Amino acid sequence: MKTLITARGITKHFGATKALDGVDLDINAGEVHVLLGENGAGKSTLVKVLAGIHSHDAGTIEGKASLAVIHQELALVPELSVAENLFLNRLPRKYGFVDRAEMRRRAPKLLERVGLNVDPNAKVKDLGIAQQQMIEIARALDKNSGVLILDEPTAVLTDTETDRLLQIMAQLRKNGVGLVFITHHLDEIQRIADRITVLRDGRSVGVLGPRATTQHMIELMVGRPINEQYPRARQRPGQPLLQISNLTKRGVFEDISIEVHAGEVVGIAGLVGAGRTEVARAAFGVDDYDRGSVQVDGKTLPRGNVQAAIKAGLGLVPEDRKGQGLVLTATVGQNLELATLENRDRKRLHDIAGKLRIKGRVEQPVKELSGGNQQKVVIGKWLLADPKVLILDEPTRGVDVGAKVEIYELINRMTAQGRAVLLVSSDLPEVIGMSDRVVVMAHGKVAGELPKGATQDQVMALAVQEISA
Amino acid sequence: MSTINIRKFTSENGALAGLVLLAAVITVMQPAFLSVQNLLNVGVQTAVIAIMAFGMTFVVVAGGIDLSVGSVAAFAGMVGALTAGPVGLVFGVICGLLNGVLIAYGKLPPFIATLATLSIARGLAVVIAGGQPHETDAAVTFLGSNLAPMVPLPLLLMLAFFGVTGLILTRTNLGRRMYAIGGNEEAAKLSGIDVRKQKLWIYALSGLFAAAAGLVLAGRLGSAGPQAAVGYELDAIAAVVIGGASLSGGVGRATGTLVGALVLAVLRNGLNLLQVPPFWQQVVIGVVIALAALLDSLRRR
Repeated sequence: MKTLITARGITKHFGATKALDGVDLDINAGEVHVLLGENGAGKSTLVKVLAGIHSHDAGTIEGKASLAVIHQELALVPELSVAENLFLNRLPRKYGFVDRAEMRRRAPKLLERVGLNVDPNAKVKDLGIAQQQMIEIARALDKNSGVLILDEPTAVLTDTETDRLLQIMAQLRKNGVGLVFITHHLDEIQRIADRITVLRDGRSVGVLGPRATTQHMIELMVGRPINEQYPRARQRPGQPLLQISNLTKRGVFEDISIEVHAGEVVGIAGLVGAGRTEVARAAFGVDDYDRGSVQVDGKTLPRGNVQAAIKAGLGLVPEDRKGQGLVLTATVGQNLELATLENRDRKRLHDIAGKLRIKGRVEQPVKELSGGNQQKVVIGKWLLADPKVLILDEPTRGVDVGAKVEIYELINRMTAQGRAVLLVSSDLPEVIGMSDRVVVMAHGKVAGELPKGATQDQVMALAVQEISA
Repeated sequence: MSTINIRKFTSENGALAGLVLLAAVITVMQPAFLSVQNLLNVGVQTAVIAIMAFGMTFVVVAGGIDLSVGSVAAFAGMVGALTAGPVGLVFGVICGLLNGVLIAYGKLPPFIATLATLSIARGLAVVIAGGQPHETDAAVTFLGSNLAPMVPLPLLLMLAFFGVTGLILTRTNLGRRMYAIGGNEEAAKLSGIDVRKQKLWIYALSGLFAAAAGLVLAGRLGSAGPQAAVGYELDAIAAVVIGGASLSGGVGRATGTLVGALVLAVLRNGLNLLQVPPFWQQVVIGVVIALAALLDSLRRR
């Protein structure tokens, strides 16, 4: 078997964090090599290093076979035709002008290779997401790529579309293309993988053969023991404070029912794209939904009305701190009082800033603070509003270990005061360690609920399961 | 003042430092610049643009732009001349609300919405005027006159609007929300700020300020013309930007805008005193705007 790319000891730092730590990877012709790992394990970073998007700090990459990456976000121009997208940047030309006849002649042949039957003159925006993906693959093949890397292509596909993609991958494998396939769906891995490299915390923790069991894969993937990084102090749960009932938004999430009681932390686990953030946003009134209801302390919230949600006692710490949580042009104090402008209280503001141990003055621009302190500002904004229920969406993403524990202590303090916390997190040890119950979502539905003390395997098994429609 | 303080002061007040430098250079070349009469002239000449620019400051801080202020000023001035001053103010607010509705509820980009209002207001000004200038009544004319010898009312009005603008921006919830919306609209929304309603008020305020500027202009001239204040929106935007506001929103102060408007007026006045031909004046003003924006961009890096 011919080895197309040999990577050895790839190491990559982002600031102080080690995203990749001495990873080895071989990509062989005629082989599907699966990269497996939790969110943040380093899969995408590794792909970007291989593709030359990121430089690596140490290690070697040999045999730079021409390589194409199909990213999750498609790189197509929606307003241009299928054919124009296929030949983007290298349109066939004649007398210095685009040779449309030649383009029309060549496009169908390319489309045929991926089994796509669409009009080359159709605009890309009028096609479905699966078809768009096929166009990207067809374009990559036309560049005679020896290696094709697919970064979670099936996350956006239906079951039949996924079947089709796996067939095409098998065909490409037969033609001698080296494929790297990233997916969270373990059943897909069992169907197509020749080799599986498992990454955890930026390290390669094992290379498995095609017959690896689901059990074995999950064990390697999560592998890390839970310890006292998660100082959850449980309270006796009181009356229900947040009741999400049969919440449905067509094509996004379906029949979501979650109840959080006073003094309780309920976690929502699941893979990226399972619909967790969407449920949180809908419950808070940011986005509309089709069916179901949201109640806070027995009061039903009107749909799509953030003001009413806040008035009823709900708060949301959004997943994207800089994009959605903070006004970066403003100071710490101005950010803290953002949700409570109607009844400003300078004394309480300084009080909360002190209690949160925010490193930085109230008059300081918030953009000068570290990630952890910025997150404390976003949480502090809601503490000032005195909410009954706080939804935390990825509250410790990009936060250093010390600040993480401080945020966990804040969660404990809130529940001790009789508030309820809904904790959305992709960090499995965190969501298990800090929640009193864990609701697992998959494909926009509740896949199951696990009591305190659930293992990571149990959560992962629910998160990756295929729900039959 | 130590060196560090001076550096901090100039970096935070680049426009003010520029203004002082500009005035010094002009004074050296033409000492008549510093005469009381001339300085009062500069103040009066600043007033119309400054009042308009204060309204623009709200919009720019909130991350928007209002191209309609020149037309709205002319329209409101004309309405004021044909009826009474306060009616002109009402129509200014109506124009602002139209902008607000198009932007907040119609989801139009501010550039497009206010461009449409620019055309509508100008057209209406010409229509109701029948193409003719109209004399203003005593009340409106009073706005442009001297309260007492050496006490021009436009100058006092400008200072009053300056104070109100500063108060709104720094001491009211509306002002704090402007900074939040301009700094990060999504974060503002997720903090429970009714962004659409706020935008309505913000553009209404800009319309009100533009109308006031239009009435002061008409009062100074003693008549309202359908082609008054053409292109003033660009001067207003320039004043706001020279004053250190960011067109991407979230940043801007009343003092900055006042200084920005003064820079433009001092420059025009100085170039006149130095007998620079009007067409060259335009070139110089353009260069100054580019320099001010460039300095600001370098400082932020």
